[in-house]
Amino acid sequence: MALRAIAGKKTLALGLVFSPCAAAGASAPGMGLGLRQARGLVTFSLPDLPYDYGALEPAISGEIMKLHHQKHHQTYITNYNKALEQLEEAMAKGDSSKVVHLQSAIKFNGGGHINHSIFWQNLKPVNEGGGEPPHSTLGWAIDTDFGSLEALVQKMNAEGAALQGSGWVWLALDKELKKLKVETTANQDPLVTKGANLVPLLGIDVWEHAYYLQYKNVRPDYLKNIWKVMNWKYAGEVYDKEIA
Amino acid sequence: MGFPLLSPSYCCGSQPSPPIFHGLLRFKPVTSLRKPSSQKRQLCQSGRASKILAYYGLTTPPYELDALEPYMSQRTLELHWGKHHRDYVDSLNKQLAKNPLYGHTMEELIKVTYNNGNPLPEFNNAAQVWNHDFFWESMQPGGGKLPQGGLLQQIEKDFDSFSNFRDKFVESAMTLFGSGWVWLVLRTEEKRLSVVRTSNAMCPLIWGDIPIIGLDMWEHAYYLDYKDDREKYINTFMDNLVSWHAATVRMLRAEAFVNLGEPKIPVA
Repeated sequence: MALRAIAGKKTLALGLVFSPCAAAGASAPGMGLGLRQARGLVTFSLPDLPYDYGALEPAISGEIMKLHHQKHHQTYITNYNKALEQLEEAMAKGDSSKVVHLQSAIKFNGGGHINHSIFWQNLKPVNEGGGEPPHSTLGWAIDTDFGSLEALVQKMNAEGAALQGSGWVWLALDKELKKLKVETTANQDPLVTKGANLVPLLGIDVWEHAYYLQYKNVRPDYLKNIWKVMNWKYAGEVYDKEIA
Repeated sequence: MGFPLLSPSYCCGSQPSPPIFHGLLRFKPVTSLRKPSSQKRQLCQSGRASKILAYYGLTTPPYELDALEPYMSQRTLELHWGKHHRDYVDSLNKQLAKNPLYGHTMEELIKVTYNNGNPLPEFNNAAQVWNHDFFWESMQPGGGKLPQGGLLQQIEKDFDSFSNFRDKFVESAMTLFGSGWVWLVLRTEEKRLSVVRTSNAMCPLIWGDIPIIGLDMWEHAYYLDYKDDREKYINTFMDNLVSWHAATVRMLRAEAFVNLGEPKIPVA
């Protein structure tokens, strides 16, 4: 502190140029130049599944899980990274129209990455607790807000089946109102696009790639069966953390 | 075409586009399911004040379900046409039983149910029925290769070259987010061909353009045959499936509505 008071403006500036990382960290958190040189662009990578591809059979086939994880999710991540790189460039050049143009690619691919990362957590093999109904706090909240677990499942299945095109159906927690809701989003829009206060507890992918090879066009069968491998424990944990 | 029905069990097997198309495109003769007028008069005379319904039928693709192998499998056709397309028709008819949207051709029904941007529930089913009819007719066994004559000239005029157009079409399909369709349309305002992309059930008829070719980019259209390899599906469509004959016929019809150039009137 004292040193800085003694040092003149010139020396301070020189100091910044010579050791951008340290100076930026210590003196001026808002200083753009030093921070950018210190910060690298975060690239995303495919998270591992916490279970084998075939572990969710017969509710979801191993073939689907493998394709869904290794191809679809990976593609979203690859394109998300690409879009972020291009965004960084455009921002550096001050190319506003490019920055705005990239937003749809970021929303789509970034959303795809977010949504699928949650999805893998939402599923669990039967022998590891998949399908076990929610207990305590989340269980009571479901009874309060929907009447019963069956009513919630029915509502989500109905909304999922009625969704036109591609999208997701969510069990959401409105953390402001402390209420549970069922929401749908189109394409890969993440849940927050439906409300800034919405936290995803469970999401079901109703894109055709999520079920077509096994259930063909019978989306309602897929929705009926996916509850057998639903990881309510994860939903409960997220719920408890937000409510606390 | 909607027909007045006095008994709901009668299926009229309507054609959504003018009969001339089907006459030119069908590779197997199909007996017309249109009711002869004398019988219609009989029905009208027999009933009292009966409910008038609109009712649409499922048209069959102009080729056998295995005719597009190995580029589009019979299994896909059976599911895509037999389940998805049929579902849209059945759902539409169920909705129309309650809502008297009578007296429209399929194209008119789409515009009416689109309701200027506030679509009625029937829109999705109606548009998808039309889109899929158009899609089957946009393909043929032994398709692909190049268009000829006037259509090729028009493509070269509007895209600089056929391969330019092809690249644009493929790129448009590859960068589509979610479910949708890719079209080659004749833009009625700009009087030129253009590649457009629509989401879910949207159709260029809505804004008055004339579709020439359509490609279904919903996942159910290619997932069984190509899994997630959309590029292969799109390229296969362009190389082996697209029916330039159908496109030429549509172009000829479109030219009756859009003036594409000065007529060559010989000067005396």
